[in-house]
This record gives sequence, structure tokens and C-alpha cells, in this order.
Amino acid sequence: MLRFLIKRLLLASTTLVAISIVTFLLFFAVPSSPAWVMCGRNCSPERIAQVEQSLGLDQPITKQYTDFVKGIFVGRTINDAGTIRECDAPCLGYSFRSKEPVTDTIERSLPVTVSIVAGAMVVFLTVGIGLGMLAALKKGTVFDRVAIGASVGFASTQTYTLGGVLLLLLVYSTGLLPNPHYTPITQDPLDWAGGMLLPWITLGLINSALYARLSRAQMIETLQEDFVRTARAKGLSARVVNRRHALRAAITPIITIAGVDLGAYLGGVVITESVFSLNGIGREAAQAVQDLNLPLVMATVLLAAFFIVAMNIIVDMLYAVIDPRVRLG
Amino acid sequence: MTTSTSPAAAAVDPEAYLQVRDLKVQFPTEDGLVRAVDGVTFSVRRGQTLGIVGESGSGKSVTSMSILGLHNPARTKITGEISIGGKNIVGMKEQQLQRLRGKDVAMIFQDPLSALHPYYKVGAQIAEAYKVHHPSASKKEATTRAVDMLDRVGIPQPQRRANQYPHEFSGGMRQRAMIAMALVNDPALVIADEPTTALDVTVQAQILELLEDLQREFQSAIIMITHDLGVVSQVADDVLVMYAGRPVETGSVEQIMKRPQHPYTWGLLASVPSLHGDATVDLVPIKGNPPSLINLPTGCSFNPRCRYAGQNGNRSFSEVPELRPAGEPGHNVACHMSFETRQRLYAEDIAHAGVAQ
Repeated sequence: MLRFLIKRLLLASTTLVAISIVTFLLFFAVPSSPAWVMCGRNCSPERIAQVEQSLGLDQPITKQYTDFVKGIFVGRTINDAGTIRECDAPCLGYSFRSKEPVTDTIERSLPVTVSIVAGAMVVFLTVGIGLGMLAALKKGTVFDRVAIGASVGFASTQTYTLGGVLLLLLVYSTGLLPNPHYTPITQDPLDWAGGMLLPWITLGLINSALYARLSRAQMIETLQEDFVRTARAKGLSARVVNRRHALRAAITPIITIAGVDLGAYLGGVVITESVFSLNGIGREAAQAVQDLNLPLVMATVLLAAFFIVAMNIIVDMLYAVIDPRVRLG
Repeated sequence: MTTSTSPAAAAVDPEAYLQVRDLKVQFPTEDGLVRAVDGVTFSVRRGQTLGIVGESGSGKSVTSMSILGLHNPARTKITGEISIGGKNIVGMKEQQLQRLRGKDVAMIFQDPLSALHPYYKVGAQIAEAYKVHHPSASKKEATTRAVDMLDRVGIPQPQRRANQYPHEFSGGMRQRAMIAMALVNDPALVIADEPTTALDVTVQAQILELLEDLQREFQSAIIMITHDLGVVSQVADDVLVMYAGRPVETGSVEQIMKRPQHPYTWGLLASVPSLHGDATVDLVPIKGNPPSLINLPTGCSFNPRCRYAGQNGNRSFSEVPELRPAGEPGHNVACHMSFETRQRLYAEDIAHAGVAQ
């Protein structure tokens, strides 16, 4: 287990380093410059050079990269157009646009994304897996058909369609739900939940559809396994057979997928955040790319990569806990 | 054991623990009605072993599943009678069936790796089988019982083994554990569905011996389902040969192995390599494949594969042969050919091969 963990952590760090280098190179491969974006169309070449210098973009790429890495581990000083700023580790630089430390932007937007994803996850894991398992047990019945029909419907809608429709129906027309907004949970838990309700429902329902179909298929397959027949042949009741024997085996691969999904979502749910005007990581990242805001691009990309890599390790370890046949090494 | 087609009440041993009369199992599907079992009658006494022989799709496994009441009643039509210890289980409520399953009737499955749950320890799975029929037993009692059973079926260090998962067992050990699980409640009837098919030959013999030992000890009735005539000749007292859901020949193991009368039984025997017969004689496979159970050939369902079909004019193709006495008491065969013709053909074509003697 320890050997596995060390191996995977090494691999994860390598992945993150590789991603940071590639992102850096890609950024400079773009035939544009942050200076152009900031300065506007009618900017003189002298002015452009000035802005680039103030952002530190006139330095060689390798120097810029090593400075960036140094900032993360030990902090650095940044010369911003004559103003000397101390940036303590972990320093991800200053946003080209807002001039605030990128860590502040992340600190502000990450809780928004985490709030959306956590609630949506509760919705789609309970609704999705619950419906899928029930549909599998009642395979061929009206319930099964309605549940699966509905899930095909929801799976083929997109967040921006469903989100927009729900926003119109539940907020603007009827006022049943408050306009989506973010209040920190520490400040007012009720208002936090109220403001998140619509994103949770939207993202939750769309994912429920996928998880329902996945768990139905998985459960149907498991119910045909020999060990389920053995359990029935022992004289166990259908309830015990389904729960203790079938469900336990059917849910394992779903946990894996849910873990990987969680990792991907924590890096930002761009469309959901945009539809409901919530300033989460995803929206910041999208904006940063448009602005060619290098420090923020680097930060959001690395954060997203970190979540995916970390969740993969956690899922693998979890798998070994659930399935005794899996040996880590 | 005695057997015949319906109405066969008189032919079934009324003392037998398991009595099956004119059992029919049908599955309605979109393609048509699958007649998986189409009228079988047999009985097994405690302490006796019945071998049910046939190819895949002959209805032998479906028969065994219906004795445990494992078919989904919504998707299966079962008629006839299955009497276990005097209780007819056809049409019985699921709750009552659950009390029988694993307690009065237990099953040993073919592939113990897939038949045991991969996530639970072997001891826990056996203990669970015990506890479901002994609700008042404590967890500790059930575990002790599981370890005892593992010891009884010849697993060394049962205490340690009980704490392991199925994948940590070898194939033979897994099948022993499966047997321990089946026997944990001292069932009066044990159905073994191809219990040795997935095992090495050397291990097969050990498992069969173990089953015989346990049968002597517990006086259980055993149904041995197999396509392996070697297994049948070793353990069975009586044999039922099935083809396309119907019985084609029944009798004592000696009658079936030494004086078989049905061309299908001849085919099965001639396709078994024999160590004792003439080594230069080629194996004779049965040509063709088992028929679709939705669309059975008219007449004798074996006729497309039978070398002797048509010996009696058109009867093979138009009339379904009934199971009839074949000379000796207890020996029945469903074939249109006359006793004399069968004797002659057997002597001329089959016997010299020295099959499975």
C-alpha cells in the first residue's frame, strides 16, 4: 500500500510538472500577447513593449517558468511597473487583469465550485443510482420504462438548455426558487443552500440520467452472475440477495466513475457556473483564457489537473478496499 | 428409481424423497415458446444418486433449477409435480421456497470461482448459509459451524482458510468450500450441477470421492448433472438420459452403461475415449447440433442426428416416441425401433468399440 502510494505520488507530480510546461509553451505559442489584449487595438509598439516588460513577459520563457515554479515553493518578488510586490509561497503570481494575487482569486472562486459540485453530486448519486438500481430490479415493468425513458431525455438535454428552462420556470416566472447566488456556508447555511438549489437540480438531474443508466446496466449484469444465483440457492430473501450480494458488486465500478467525475468537476463546471452567473473556478478559467491572463490560466489548469490526479489515486485505493481481489503494488 | 412418461404416478417410487412427475418447464420469449423441459418423471431416494446426462440445452440444468424453485415465476411456465419430502413445490410461494432452499435442497454449482461471491470471505459465505436457516444461532456459532464444515470437506487449516477470499483458494479447494456451503444445513437432497467440469482430472476424482463419502455420512439423495459419462459410471445408481428436454432412456447405471438401447445414448458412449477398450477404434461424434427448443423437429426430436432414423417407415418423422419398458425392469427407452432391431444394431455397430466398459 505504501509502495503503491509513493509510486503514484511520484507519477502524479511528474504529470503535474508536464502539464505546467505544456500549458506554458502553449500560452507562448498563441500568436497574440496579453499586452495586446490589455492595451487595445491602437496601441503603439513602444507601449506594447512597455506593458510586456511590466508583466515580465520580455524575459526568456525558461526564466519565466523557473520564476513561476520558484514562486510556488519559496515565494518571489514581482516587479509590477515599478511597484515591488512581495508574493509569499505558494505564489501563483498576480492576475494580469485584476492585479490581485491569483491565490486570492482561487480562494474566492473555489468554494463556489465546491458548493455546486458537492450538492449536485449528492443529487445524482442518490437519484441516479437509486433509480437505476430500482429499474434493474423491476426490469421490463412500467417503472423501468418510465425511469429509463426519462433518463434518456435528461441525458440528451444540456446544462444550458435545462438550466435556462428551469431558471425561467422556477425563478423568473413563478419565483419558487431564489435567483442562484453564492453565500458562504459559514455565513448563512440556509441562504447558501437556497442559492445553490437550482444549480444542484440542473447538474444533478443531467448526471442522474447518466448514472441511472449506468447503474441499471451494471445491476442487471450483476443479477445474472453465478454468485447471485448461489445466494438465492442458499435460501436468502430477495432483499438480502439484492442488497448484500448484488448491490455490493454492482456499485463498485460506479464508485470509480463517480470519483473520477468528482475530480473533473472540482476543476470547474464552466457551463453550470456561466448559466447561473456564479463565479466559480470554471468561469475564472474561461475568462483567464480570453484575457490571456497567464498566471490565472496556469493556476486553474494546474488546479484542475491536481483534482483529477488526486481523485484517481483515491479511487484506486478505495477500489482495493472494496474489492479484495485488487492488490495495490 | 423408475421412470416413464405421463401419466406416470404409478411408476414413481412413492417412498422416494424427491418425486418429479411429468415436469414441464417453458419460457415464453419473443421468438416463441421455449420448451426447455418437456415432460420428465423421475425420483430419487435418500442415499441414492441419480445421474442426469445430456448435452448443453438438453434441459438438465433447467430441471435442477426448477427443483430449487429458482425460475422467475413471471417468466416461466412450470407444470407437473415436484415433491420434496412430501411437499409439492410447483406453484409454492417464494417465502416457503426460501425455507426449503439451502436447507432441504442444496445445490453445488459448476464453476466455484464465479459461484462464490468475490467480496466475502469463504467462512462468512458458509456461515451466512447456516445462519439464514438457523436464525437463533449466534454469529460465533455460525462461524464455528463453517470452520467445522471446511474441515469436514478436507480443507487443511480450516480456521485460517475460512478467513480467506475465494480467489485465494485453488480450484479444487474452492469446489470443496462450495460443497461445505451446500452441506452446512444437512440437506436431504443435493443437486450437483457439473461439479467437476471446471476442475483438473486428478482433482475431479477427489471431489467425486468426497461427495460419495459425504453421502454415506449424511444419507442424502444426490442428483448429479453432467455430460460426462465417466462421472456417471463412477457415482450414479440410476441414470436419466435427456435429449431436447425429454427423457430418452432411463435405467440403472449398469443398464445404461452396459446395455444401452437408445441411439443417442450409444452416441454419447461412442464419443467418450476409453482407456480399456480397443485403442485403434476411432471416437464417433454425434453429428450435428442439439435442436432449437423453440422449433423441435417433428416426430422423434433426435431424428436429424440419428443414423437409424426411418427404420420404421415414417414414424421417426411423424410420431414422438414414448418412453417404454426396454426389457429389463426399470429400464425404459423412447425409441421407435423394436427391441430386436436395437439389440442387433448395438451388437453390430456399437459394442465392438468397447466403449466405456
